[in-house]
Amino acid sequence: MSEVSSFQNPNPNPKISAYYQTRAAHHGVVTSDWLAQAHAAVGIGPDSDDFSTAAGAEPSSVGKGFSVIDEFNNWRKQPDLAEAVAAIRALASVIRSSNATTMMELEIELKKASDSLKSWDTTSISLTAGCDLFIRYVTRTSALEYEDFNSAKSRLIERAEKFGEISYKARRIIAMVSQEFIFDGCTILVHGFSRVVLEVLKTAAQNRKLFRVFCTEGRPDRTGLRFSNEMAKLDVPVKLLIDSAVAYSMDEVDMVFVGADGVVESGGVINMMGTYQIALVAHSMNKPVYVAAESYKFARLYPLDQKDMAPALLPIDFGVPIPSKVEVERSARDYTPPQYLTLLFTDLGVLTPSVVSDELIQLYL
Amino acid sequence: MESRRPPRTVSNPIVRQVGFIPHQPPDPNPPDPAAAAANPSFQAFSTSPPATSLSPVMIPPPFPGTSAPLRCPPAPAAIAVDTVTVGSYGQSESTLATSPATANRIGDPEFCEDSHGWLNSDSGTYGAVLSIPSFGFDMSGVNSTEESSPKAVVEVEEITLKEATTEVALDVKRDLANEEMQTDMQSSFKPLKEKTGKAESVLQVAQRAVKPAAKALVKKSAVGKVPADDKTGKVVKQSSQKKDVLPTTSSEVVSGKKGIDRSFERDKKKDVPPPRMQYDDKNRVEKAKKRSVMKQTEARNRVELFLHLPQYEHGNLLSGLESKFFHLDAMHPSVYKVGLQYLAGDITGDDNRCVAMLQAFKEAIKDYSTPPEKILSRDLTARISSYVSFLIECRPLSFSMGNAIRFLKRCIAKLPLSITESAAKDTLCSDIDRFVNEKIIIAGKVIVGHAASKVRDSDVLLTYGSSSIVEMILLYSHKLGKQFRVVVVDSHPKLEGQALLRRLVANGLSCTYTHINAISYIMHEVTRVFLGADSVLANGTVYSRIGTACVAMVAHAFQVPVLVCCEAYKFHERIQLDSICSNELGDPEAISKVSGRRDINYLDNSTNKENLQLLHLLYDITPSEYVSVIVTDYGMVPPTSVPVIVREYGKEQLFL
Repeated sequence: MSEVSSFQNPNPNPKISAYYQTRAAHHGVVTSDWLAQAHAAVGIGPDSDDFSTAAGAEPSSVGKGFSVIDEFNNWRKQPDLAEAVAAIRALASVIRSSNATTMMELEIELKKASDSLKSWDTTSISLTAGCDLFIRYVTRTSALEYEDFNSAKSRLIERAEKFGEISYKARRIIAMVSQEFIFDGCTILVHGFSRVVLEVLKTAAQNRKLFRVFCTEGRPDRTGLRFSNEMAKLDVPVKLLIDSAVAYSMDEVDMVFVGADGVVESGGVINMMGTYQIALVAHSMNKPVYVAAESYKFARLYPLDQKDMAPALLPIDFGVPIPSKVEVERSARDYTPPQYLTLLFTDLGVLTPSVVSDELIQLYL
Repeated sequence: MESRRPPRTVSNPIVRQVGFIPHQPPDPNPPDPAAAAANPSFQAFSTSPPATSLSPVMIPPPFPGTSAPLRCPPAPAAIAVDTVTVGSYGQSESTLATSPATANRIGDPEFCEDSHGWLNSDSGTYGAVLSIPSFGFDMSGVNSTEESSPKAVVEVEEITLKEATTEVALDVKRDLANEEMQTDMQSSFKPLKEKTGKAESVLQVAQRAVKPAAKALVKKSAVGKVPADDKTGKVVKQSSQKKDVLPTTSSEVVSGKKGIDRSFERDKKKDVPPPRMQYDDKNRVEKAKKRSVMKQTEARNRVELFLHLPQYEHGNLLSGLESKFFHLDAMHPSVYKVGLQYLAGDITGDDNRCVAMLQAFKEAIKDYSTPPEKILSRDLTARISSYVSFLIECRPLSFSMGNAIRFLKRCIAKLPLSITESAAKDTLCSDIDRFVNEKIIIAGKVIVGHAASKVRDSDVLLTYGSSSIVEMILLYSHKLGKQFRVVVVDSHPKLEGQALLRRLVANGLSCTYTHINAISYIMHEVTRVFLGADSVLANGTVYSRIGTACVAMVAHAFQVPVLVCCEAYKFHERIQLDSICSNELGDPEAISKVSGRRDINYLDNSTNKENLQLLHLLYDITPSEYVSVIVTDYGMVPPTSVPVIVREYGKEQLFL
């Protein structure tokens, strides 16, 4: 359970969650002080670059002149590419550029690369999970045992690419499987900005389904504003709610759609702050809560309560200066227990929360 | 589309059907018995569910099946089933009743250990089927008496000659019966001569065993309570042993789906320890009593709902058993010792009991030598079965012990035929060691590692009773330097928590000790609840020491996470919805007295009053929605994933 321990270790850079920084950069946060935010993001940029080079320099054995972190950062810059997929691609290129001569050596190299990736950002669950799953998927093949090294290596690369492909396509698959759940005339509440959920709704709009979307504002990074923008572009009727208006408008809502940063072993999800309370409200009003998440976000974590995770912190802008004596809760995400979720739409199919653990057990043990 | 764990409603629809379904009576008395009899398969299904090959997952039939008064009156049911008997398996009855093979239903996995669940839950119907036998079986009884009369006569003569032999003879005979059953499954009509010969040889063995102790003759006969004029009883017993298993046997015949590989199935069935008996069934209890090594006196005034569970008066039993120590040829001393320790309560705790049992079996295997003209794998399996049934008499098996026994029997069955005896014994001993090591000791360490990761500084951990694994977790977390406090919750009458408390305090942990009565008061300051478990069942239900469910529910109400720590070898594939159908009754004396308080003696002379029923349950079940996580050697899993682990690793676990 190395990922658990590393996850529960104090964050090496607790001030900022790199995962959320990436998201902020990708999602081009639309706020009134957009410029300031962008500046802040850029200001973070070199900082995290420093960090990444430092981390990249640390595992010196990872390929000559090849840094998995650099590779990862290259991939990461593509806004459409999820972090985990970027990591998967970076790891695949580790195999490709490796000049190990034995299987064991290659595996150790891969392990080191994934460890350095994971330690690059311990707050990102999908990154950790993606790396772990990649190694599992790639190295767990019986064909490796009775072939010579080169063919085994090419097989590894093959599997790695296949895994990258699967992960890349995951979003499309999810969009396809979730279409049946969106019916004409329904009202969907969306929290935060999730590329999967966007894909789902986009596909639904393309399929000429008639539905209405409620977007929460998604403080503090206001990702909901961006989502409502996207919806408006698709000509989907969309309404923007402030985060505190969820319960107020829940009676109009037919289903709640959220993405996930990570899906944990209990079947619950870790997602942007506010998901838990939306799920609670929806549960108490008997509205279904659907989570769209790619299977590479399945993580071997088991949070027992909200505080059972290393907090991913995020700077919060209140618009006015906060007195120094006032403490600010800056955690960026919360944990929604499985009993408040109805179904998970994943590239493995439509799952109930309890199946997550089933899949994880089969993958990891 | 429902949420995964809907809040538990008080009345489950299935349960609510019990006893009150006007339009569909629980005991469908066919309007036209003849027509029904014409369609035997339907009939068999509708009137005697156990007769069809039930799978353990089937919903138990809507019979309360727990107490005699509630049981459906025999009159209509008996008639109905009687007609069935004629229609469906009347033919096979006589042969089966006489066949020695049928007596060995002990190993039937559907019938036994694997499925106490349905077996217990439908005891009502089962009872109904079995309650006919008095007529139906008397016939077969006569048959079988005739069949085996030479043997019986020999025995009877012997008995009259030497009273003292009886007991030993009984045991050996039981042993013999087992062997017989296993060796010649199919050949139900074995030549009588052979049988007789066998019986004689057995008796010789028995006599030999008795000779050294000839002095103790008088005493023993007193202890054994086997009156000299019990000959007839013995003869009947011979047959009764066979007939009490008839319904299931015939069901197998009826279902007939097994076809060619039936013998293989039977082999598999031998892997499983004997069934938990339904103690509200008078016939079977009588039979079992005659069979048993120990003569336990049944407690009077048992609680109605729990009549199907064994309850004995403790106390005078030990002396009787001890005196028998040197005369029980069939029982290995180490097994005997462990059995006595169970009985006396010297070995408690699930792991301890399981390990002690396995060690005893190991000793027994070391001292084992295959009798001439026997095959090791078969004879040893029978031997182990007899040990197990002895241990069950001492105390009902726990789930983990059942799993361990299954493992051992698989190991024996797996031995290649060509293997030499000493090699086989070595293999088995090392298998047992490996099981203990991997599945209990190392698994425990892994669990401790997982669970300790959930202990944070300034936590307040609550534990109930004394679980060895929880103790290890607490000590380990303390060793890691985590700052936490422990609340030990305890309950009467065992007060195991005090021992735990003592060890924790000695190790420098800061502890609070309270009784379960104060649980709701103490819970608000608790941040984690750690519980041990006797077993975790396939629906995520936790079967554990009585009181656990209460603690878990209070914790749930206070939003405190409940961690159940349980090694995967204790997982079991059955499902249990309540703690009634399978449970264990403790000594009722224990709850009527308060140790150390002589002034509390209100119940001193009233324990045998007719209108007083003392219920001392030992286990309860905790529904899965009150359990946050199950910490096992495969990691931390939600309770819903227990069947996944059973499915994925059950086989591997057994085959290791």
